[in-house]
Amino acid sequence: MGNPANAPLIDVDNLGVRLNTSRGPAQAVRGISFSLKRGETLGLVGESGCGKSVTALALMGLLPDNAVLGGSVRLDGRQLIKLSDADYCKLRGNRISMIFQEPMTALNPMHTIGQQVAEPLRRHKNYSAGQARTEAIALLDRVGLPDAAKRVDAYPHQFSGGQRQRVTIAMALACEPDLLIADEPTTALDVTIQGQILDLIADLVEERGMSMILISHDLGVIAENVERMMVMYGGTVVESGPTDEVFRRMGHPYTQGLFRARPRFGARKGTRLKTITGTVPELADLPSGCTFADRCPLVVDGCRAALPPVVEVGHGHGVRCIRTDVSMADRVGAVSA
Amino acid sequence: MTAASQPLLDVNDLVQRYTLPRESLFRPPGQVLALNGVSVRIEAGKSLGVVGESGSGKSTFARVVMALERPTSGRVELLGRDLNQLPADELRRARRDFQMVFQDPYGSLDPRQTIVRIVAEPLTALERTDRATLRARVSAVLRQVGLRDADMDKYPHEFSGGQRQRIAIARALITQPKLIVADEPVSALDVSVQAQVLNLMQDLQEQFGLSYILISHDLAVVDYLCDEVAVMYLGRIVEQGRPEDLFDHPAHPYTRALLAAVPRARAGRVRRRRGAQAIASQSSAATGCPYISRCPLADQHCREAAPALRRIGETHLAACHKAEEVMALPAVAGEAG
Repeated sequence: MGNPANAPLIDVDNLGVRLNTSRGPAQAVRGISFSLKRGETLGLVGESGCGKSVTALALMGLLPDNAVLGGSVRLDGRQLIKLSDADYCKLRGNRISMIFQEPMTALNPMHTIGQQVAEPLRRHKNYSAGQARTEAIALLDRVGLPDAAKRVDAYPHQFSGGQRQRVTIAMALACEPDLLIADEPTTALDVTIQGQILDLIADLVEERGMSMILISHDLGVIAENVERMMVMYGGTVVESGPTDEVFRRMGHPYTQGLFRARPRFGARKGTRLKTITGTVPELADLPSGCTFADRCPLVVDGCRAALPPVVEVGHGHGVRCIRTDVSMADRVGAVSA
Repeated sequence: MTAASQPLLDVNDLVQRYTLPRESLFRPPGQVLALNGVSVRIEAGKSLGVVGESGSGKSTFARVVMALERPTSGRVELLGRDLNQLPADELRRARRDFQMVFQDPYGSLDPRQTIVRIVAEPLTALERTDRATLRARVSAVLRQVGLRDADMDKYPHEFSGGQRQRIAIARALITQPKLIVADEPVSALDVSVQAQVLNLMQDLQEQFGLSYILISHDLAVVDYLCDEVAVMYLGRIVEQGRPEDLFDHPAHPYTRALLAAVPRARAGRVRRRRGAQAIASQSSAATGCPYISRCPLADQHCREAAPALRRIGETHLAACHKAEEVMALPAVAGEAG
């Protein structure tokens, strides 16, 4: 099949996920749409329970069996929703790969790192054991593991957190996937190691022309690493657009609140952080209408009536809020702030 | 030295050495120097932030200050009393004055106990109090941290992460301590909730004249809450001073590296490449500066002589031969505002 360069690699349209939790059905993700071309990067930001990881797992086909999916997810035009497990297995680790937050739990402690990096090669590319091992060493070398040839037979516990994350990246890259999903890849790591790992991922994305979806709760990580971003809250995308554009003119009260609540340098003792009142709502009992209504400083009756539509406030910059006229008068973000 | 004002906490030349598991029958087991001569003083009502990467000894420092571990050598004096010389039951009574808040609000509260029992536990361990007084004390302290009386008979699972951390803080407050050691108190919390807990910690300090030792990997959090900051690297304090000294004019290359590694949330950020950095090991007992393998400025002198912590400004100490040179470097790109 011909693959025109401007056709989207992955096209997500109105994705919805309903999970059956112990507290009843929960609409974990509602109406998410985006598309990524080859080589493009997208960031998902939000706090715990906002649905960012569920979105990632939905793309990977890793949601529990009782999850109900709606909408469409197309990879190179092929519908992935309702794909059989056997077919999904051929995609995972081959065309779509994922890097997880906890490098220790993502690796099997009973197998050497060499075996684990070689596994997708053996499985998807039918490499012989010898070929796969050689390739695994090359991959480990590429991700910057020192002495890869010697340490290929070592076990995960013999490595530090940063090194383990390098190993999981090598695993994810083994089959040269088209799409890499990195779910909080550096949250468990020290800040200096975080920089190295993000540099490595950025290099590899560029080098191999992959698309990447980077999930993070850290606005700084998102600002520095992706071209476009989506801010999620309560299972919906509340703001999306080119990263620069969003940081320059934040439109949604939640994005603004998230931005203001971060302690930052220069905010010396005695100053107060601006908080968002209340807590992140449970997905099982989301408010009807705007999911942020209960915590929003600008809330009016209309917010609770129905889920606000996306308002275009700039080129490719959409905000799901009916009060952008007020919220954007504040000019939060304003280049640096 | 001003003999007139006795410091709240005086830590002198603390050394903590751990023995590693024996690897060979014929060689002595390896040792880790988790703390290698740490000295700090905290005046009443002031706070100290301790920052560093994992393995820098910051949590060991917290545990030794809390008298949860006996140091290999050195003294920890709280209000003039050497905690390690106190007989067991006197130490137990002395614990009234220093309490701890842990990182994980999910792991640090017993799921089978009600909030009133959890919060009252430090008191019941110290003195015999009748039920009514106990409940009154718990209710008072819960209100101080922003929870309600009705929360007393609930169980931890009924609370969100931020509320649980408030409960943990209430438990620390109930004995009316003079010092609270908080080990990464907000790193497990969402950004919007993190701000609430940090504001609370600041309010409580103003209200009760508490001192905090705040262990954190997040420099901005420390900047926000502390009067003084100590940067630790491989069991030593490599730089110490007021936040404005350290963050505006870092004098140690390691502090500089930490500052530079923090991703900044602002528009127009491009990835800054960072050089690969080897992570030094704690067990290496090499001569010279411990930071040498990562230091861009290292020269022969650094290799031969380990720099001592020396005064480079009125309130500013650094352990670097080239501190003046480092301070003269252009400022690390900050987050204006």
